[in-house]
Amino acid sequence: MNSSQFFGISTIAYMVAMAIYITYIAFKKKGIGVTATTVATIGFACQTIAIILRGVQLHQVMGAGSSLLRALPITNLYESLIFFVWCLMLGYLIIERRYQNRSFGAFVTPIAALALLFIEISGASNPGFKEIEPLVPALQSNWLLAHVTLSFISYSMFALSFSTGLMYLIVSTHKNEPAYVFWTVGLGIIITVLAAMGIDWFRYKELGLTSENFVKSYLFRSTFRSDSGAVQAFSVLLAGLVITGVWYFGAGLKKVIEGFGMSAATLDEITYKGIAIGFPIFTLGGLIFGAIWADQAWGVYWSWDPKEVWSLITWLVYAFYLHARLLRGWRGHKIAVVSVMGFVSVICTYLVVNLLLSGLHSYGNGQ
Amino acid sequence: MEERESKKETFSDKVWSFFSSIKLAIVVFSLIALTSIVGTILEQNAAPEVNMRVLSHLVGINAAPMMYRILNAMDFMNMYRSWWFLSLLALFAANLLVCSIDRFPGIWKIVKAPAAPMPPEAFRGAQIKAEVKFAGKGQPADVAREAFKKIGFVPHEHSSGDEVQIYTQKHAWSRLGVYITHVSIIVIMVGAVAGKWFGFKGVLSLPEGETATVAYRDQQMGSQAQADAQQRLMDLLEATNSNLPQLASALNVSQSQLAGIMKSLGIYPLGFALRCDNFNVDFYGDTDQPKAYKSKLTVIDDGKEVLTKQIEVNKPLKYKGVTVYQSSYGQLDNFNNGVAILDAKGPGGASETMRLKIGESIKMPGTGATVKLVDFNPALAFDESGRPYAYAHMMNNPAVEVQINSGDTKAYKWILKRYPQTWSLGDGSILKLKEFWGVQYTGLQVRRDPGVWIVYLGCLMLGLGLFVAFFMSHRRIWVRIVNEKGGAKAIIAASANKNRYAFERQIEKLKAHLAEGGK
Repeated sequence: MNSSQFFGISTIAYMVAMAIYITYIAFKKKGIGVTATTVATIGFACQTIAIILRGVQLHQVMGAGSSLLRALPITNLYESLIFFVWCLMLGYLIIERRYQNRSFGAFVTPIAALALLFIEISGASNPGFKEIEPLVPALQSNWLLAHVTLSFISYSMFALSFSTGLMYLIVSTHKNEPAYVFWTVGLGIIITVLAAMGIDWFRYKELGLTSENFVKSYLFRSTFRSDSGAVQAFSVLLAGLVITGVWYFGAGLKKVIEGFGMSAATLDEITYKGIAIGFPIFTLGGLIFGAIWADQAWGVYWSWDPKEVWSLITWLVYAFYLHARLLRGWRGHKIAVVSVMGFVSVICTYLVVNLLLSGLHSYGNGQ
Repeated sequence: MEERESKKETFSDKVWSFFSSIKLAIVVFSLIALTSIVGTILEQNAAPEVNMRVLSHLVGINAAPMMYRILNAMDFMNMYRSWWFLSLLALFAANLLVCSIDRFPGIWKIVKAPAAPMPPEAFRGAQIKAEVKFAGKGQPADVAREAFKKIGFVPHEHSSGDEVQIYTQKHAWSRLGVYITHVSIIVIMVGAVAGKWFGFKGVLSLPEGETATVAYRDQQMGSQAQADAQQRLMDLLEATNSNLPQLASALNVSQSQLAGIMKSLGIYPLGFALRCDNFNVDFYGDTDQPKAYKSKLTVIDDGKEVLTKQIEVNKPLKYKGVTVYQSSYGQLDNFNNGVAILDAKGPGGASETMRLKIGESIKMPGTGATVKLVDFNPALAFDESGRPYAYAHMMNNPAVEVQINSGDTKAYKWILKRYPQTWSLGDGSILKLKEFWGVQYTGLQVRRDPGVWIVYLGCLMLGLGLFVAFFMSHRRIWVRIVNEKGGAKAIIAASANKNRYAFERQIEKLKAHLAEGGK
């Protein structure tokens, strides 16, 4: 079996695990919970094997004598999203063991599933873009391992605290509060964007574009940026309906998440822990190691490249979170909103910069 | 950050409380973040039409020119070097410094304070409370001391009347972690400023075989006058053969003044001469995927060749505080000065290295045939009608066309560097194209940054500070030993300024040691 087959199995396993975790919440039977964990663990194991196999292939492509440290397959969007899911699931499985609570899985597996879905609809897995490519000269450094792995570990910690922060907002807000409007509208926008991307993907997948070209030239062309004014107006109307719908029926989601059996205090605690672990790792691996590497490769440790600027913004948002919480004693909705904003900034740093803005970090698009 | 209590605030008090206010911190944080976002959407230092295009996407084609003028006037097209953004960063640093100084004395007091016993009545209000009976045979005080040592704390003892209290603390200094972190950010900024002030960052395009003594600023000159001045100075440099003392006296300025003028015009003397001996791109196998960009550089100092090194991306050259990085490359328009380096080998003979330009001829060893170089192509491919054309702008697949004259026959043949099957001339002799030299230039980034070590020191402090701030805590434990009818019991109070969960598990261990000690 080759690495893509193992990736396939792990993707299916995560999807199945998601379904079982959600069933588990509904019935709270221990057997179901154990099954969910088992399936998720199998998926994780398969993904680990797949990443190792891909690393071995990459090492072969790079040629004899190339450093093993540089054979980590995280050099394009496809590989990095898969690595992100891997870190996320690893973090989740550890937390599940430690807190002995499986309900949380129903919230993390959908994030993993969303990331895997994003791989599909962004065209990152189109033929031609998921093949193993040898490293371009700029990436041939041992800093690749330290910088990229630590960055992604911190991203997945931030993703965990995003999911608990969002859950916190869902369980603790009521319809007339601003924080309620914040999360319902935010969720509505996420659903709308993904749905619109999905439509574009169905329409333009034959073109076989790179993710970057797809997003730059074709994103929302079937909906909000359509040539036809009627389609545009209809899309806006539909988006409005979706967002209003989430706002109107948000209380239903609240019931579901209350069923997870995690107290608001626990959610708040995990949100903080995720950031308290993610922030130092992000500072060290993302910012410091990134700066040292840039210094070695390009002769500038900081060049105000869009990726660097967005990392700095992310860093400022999380620094704000920590100061507001530890120094000003912020709790409740306010601090949860900050944790959600932090992850929005992570998404910008990781995806929006690479897909929409130019810069040195465009995943090996030349020197 | 605390409210100051003085009745009459002097001016300096006001300034101080302005800089130490959390409101300022929030405003500066938000302004840096929000303006930075604009700077990632607009491409920095780009040609005007690039950002005009971006703006027409965002605000429509009609409003774009107006918007462009406004944003340009506010320096948003080169915002990270604008006076207002740098002022924001300076404000951020000042805020950080003043806040830290403001809070430091209070924390320092706690850090310096030795461990002290706790009054019995305070035990009730402790963060972590527990009680445990001494069930072992040992003396309660001995057991307690042992238990402290077993979990890694040094016990202190205090007795008053018949009551003994064992107490301890650990890592009080970890409260300084947050200050180390804050100071590290200021250190990094100081390093960055020092680098800007005392160093330079320039670029250099060096054709194969050529030598340079200065690098240039990457950005375009602000005005035409400046560009002209730069050109005049460059001409003068060339005229004096880059002899700076001579140039200074010719211009009637001191050497340090000349250095200042050169820096302001974006001309940076390296302090030595740099020659590009060779530039090459390595590809993965037969593909056009670049594997390595390699420049062979020679440093010439005081007329002597002192160092030759092959640099690559991620493998720079360092000499006398100047670092030279591989950053880009390109091809010259004119191939006529290029030299083909060929290995010629007659039937059964040894190979000889030949060098020839376009139009020149050599005699093949062994056969005596004349080979004339007639054409060069940097990336050879043939179209459908068999005509050669260059499929890439760079030297992906260098090839030379030769005319072979042996006796009366005249034949033309393309010899490709990558493909050995094209090297055979058909009469048993082999002509191998090793290289076509002299038509590429290497793009170097050249930097002198005396501040980089300060930046690295700051990074180290930042890493350490964050580790201490997030993963270490000031832990304190007090144990009162109280004698009761059924035997002695320990009343425990403990506190940690963070990571309470881990500390509670440590206290559980302490309890177990206290209960069973001496068994």
